[in-house]
Amino acid sequence: MKKTYNIDVDCANCANKMETAANKVAGVRGCTVNFMTLKMNVEFEEGADPKTVMPEVLKACKKVESDCDISF
Amino acid sequence: MLFRIIAAGVLLVVLNLVPVTGWARAVLFALPYLIIGYDILLKAAKGIAKGQLLDENFLMAVASLGAFAIAVADGKGDFNEAVAVMLFYQTGELFESVAVGKSRKSISALMDIRPDSASIIREDGSVEQVDPDEVPAGSLIQVDPGEKIPIDGHIEEGSGTLDTSALTGESLPREVFPGDEVISGSINLSGRLKVRTSREFGESTVSKILDLVENSSSRKSRSENFITGFARVYTPVVCSLALALAVLPPVISLIAGNAPMWGDWIYRALTFLVISCPCALVVSIPLGFFAGLGGASREGILIKGSNFLEALSKVDTVVFDKTGTLTKGSFEVAGIHHCPIDEKLLIELAAHAESPSSHPISKSIQRAYGYSIEQGRIRDVQEIPGQGICAVVDGKSIAAGNERLMAARGIAFHSCHSTGTIVHIGIDGEYAGHIVISDRVKDTSAAAVKGLKANGIRKTVMLTGDADKVGRAVAKELAIDEVYTELLPAGKVEKAEQLLSHQEKGHTLAFVGDGINDAPVLSRADIGIAMGGLGSDAAIEAADIVIMDDDPAKIPLAVRIARKCMGIVYTNIAFAIGVKVICMVLGALGIANMWLAVFADVGVLILCILNAIRALFVSKGNK
Repeated sequence: MKKTYNIDVDCANCANKMETAANKVAGVRGCTVNFMTLKMNVEFEEGADPKTVMPEVLKACKKVESDCDISF
Repeated sequence: MLFRIIAAGVLLVVLNLVPVTGWARAVLFALPYLIIGYDILLKAAKGIAKGQLLDENFLMAVASLGAFAIAVADGKGDFNEAVAVMLFYQTGELFESVAVGKSRKSISALMDIRPDSASIIREDGSVEQVDPDEVPAGSLIQVDPGEKIPIDGHIEEGSGTLDTSALTGESLPREVFPGDEVISGSINLSGRLKVRTSREFGESTVSKILDLVENSSSRKSRSENFITGFARVYTPVVCSLALALAVLPPVISLIAGNAPMWGDWIYRALTFLVISCPCALVVSIPLGFFAGLGGASREGILIKGSNFLEALSKVDTVVFDKTGTLTKGSFEVAGIHHCPIDEKLLIELAAHAESPSSHPISKSIQRAYGYSIEQGRIRDVQEIPGQGICAVVDGKSIAAGNERLMAARGIAFHSCHSTGTIVHIGIDGEYAGHIVISDRVKDTSAAAVKGLKANGIRKTVMLTGDADKVGRAVAKELAIDEVYTELLPAGKVEKAEQLLSHQEKGHTLAFVGDGINDAPVLSRADIGIAMGGLGSDAAIEAADIVIMDDDPAKIPLAVRIARKCMGIVYTNIAFAIGVKVICMVLGALGIANMWLAVFADVGVLILCILNAIRALFVSKGNK
């Protein structure tokens, strides 16, 4: 399953860091961050529930870039 | 932010005029320093707490704090450098966010085709505003002048003019009348339209395009990946170098019995750190690609990712499909030959037999017939790829197709001398003559081929399922280098693969098709370009680049955009790394001071951003 979320982050490198961090979260098969459109595309593993995975993604992103936000 | 920069700047100037020395001076200068840099220090501290060392906040915090400490230690009280480092860094950041915001805005304005609501007409005639998502296919919606058409459909009532420029880049408004197909995202300029929706919003053109644009960064180019990878090794490497620069020379000179000059070397190391900040690269490269993709989409060229932009810049062979790509694909019946029965009856039978097919040829026969098709008269339809159609109409067994079909059915036929597509008709196993259908070359096709050659494309090739004579005539008219005719869909894939295997390394092959039956070739080529992709889902899926209108002249334009964008990206990479390496060497030797370092960081960043934004602008006209 693939979902797109709006994000808030203020530099291109921070967006890259978020992408790397989100890709390491359990339940995420792949994640790409588009800094220019401020969108995050997340592809979830089979059976993973976005409702439980996304808070973890946000937590991981906050860890690398405290100023970021993801609306889900 | 701007206020903080001004406040810190003014304060810095004033403080330089105040004759205070010693600790008091340090405390006073700490004021502008904290005003401008408190958030950086905070972020750096947070980063350290979370084990995220070595980001640009950390670099800046260490460099400026270090400069501050040196100023305190050496007693001369020159705090300007420490404050200036922060001041310029923040100015650069501000500039970056303004530039990014601006280009984000200008691109999202281009892509501002998402309709906010749809006015659905209920059965009792009342009109209600609803979310486009909630409109089922087959509903009747009303579009007032000035509104966007929210969902694909057909006009049921009313006529008007549509602005499709956001979709196709075509500035000329299009006139529409009842029965015409309208595409979501077009703006209704005049006249109230009542539209019968043919799809749901999620399946509509506008959703597909938005999805495509928004996901375009998910496929990253090699250059972009290079920068990400580069930044990952780069920061730790320069930090260790800086540390070595601060520690090794003093220790060595201590051992050698000379004065260690700690302050001097630490200053050099700090300068080194400021220079090394990789912002210019990590910001300007993605920005350059984004601007390139944005500039292309403004021209009605949708590119699915920066990797395709990169591939397109290296293209040297362009393979075209003929029908619908180089030619209009709107066929007209040009003549009927050797027909023993009434010509009208022949067309009627052929139109019915061909009616289940969506092929442009069958459409043209149906148009020539001119009346509506009665489905009840047709049965046992059998489509034979690359040959034609067999069906039973009014109890007669009809075979309509090319010479191969006739041969397969054992029907003796007459070859035709006319240029065009020939549909031979057999009725109950007897030859009933043939219909000549001709297609016209698009007005811009020849210019497009010429434009490609002018842009250094080595070879143009045309593949077609059409007759040899027709194919060669078109290829000659357009000055296409190679032509392969009478290919079945599988044959096109085979030919494309053959051409691909002959490609030189470092050059790519692009295939241009109209997407109707080219999907396998589109996905097989290095770059698949779909033309007139609006409404053809398969094309949008399979292609890497979608040209929204039918204009082949957009292909050389796309190549030019790609080349320009890649040129800008490479210039930025070379410029940023070049300046930084030179300044780093100068800094290590003690020639560069903190001011030069700030230029090497912020100045390069600003220049690279300005350069990257150039990719947004597309020069018109054929080079």
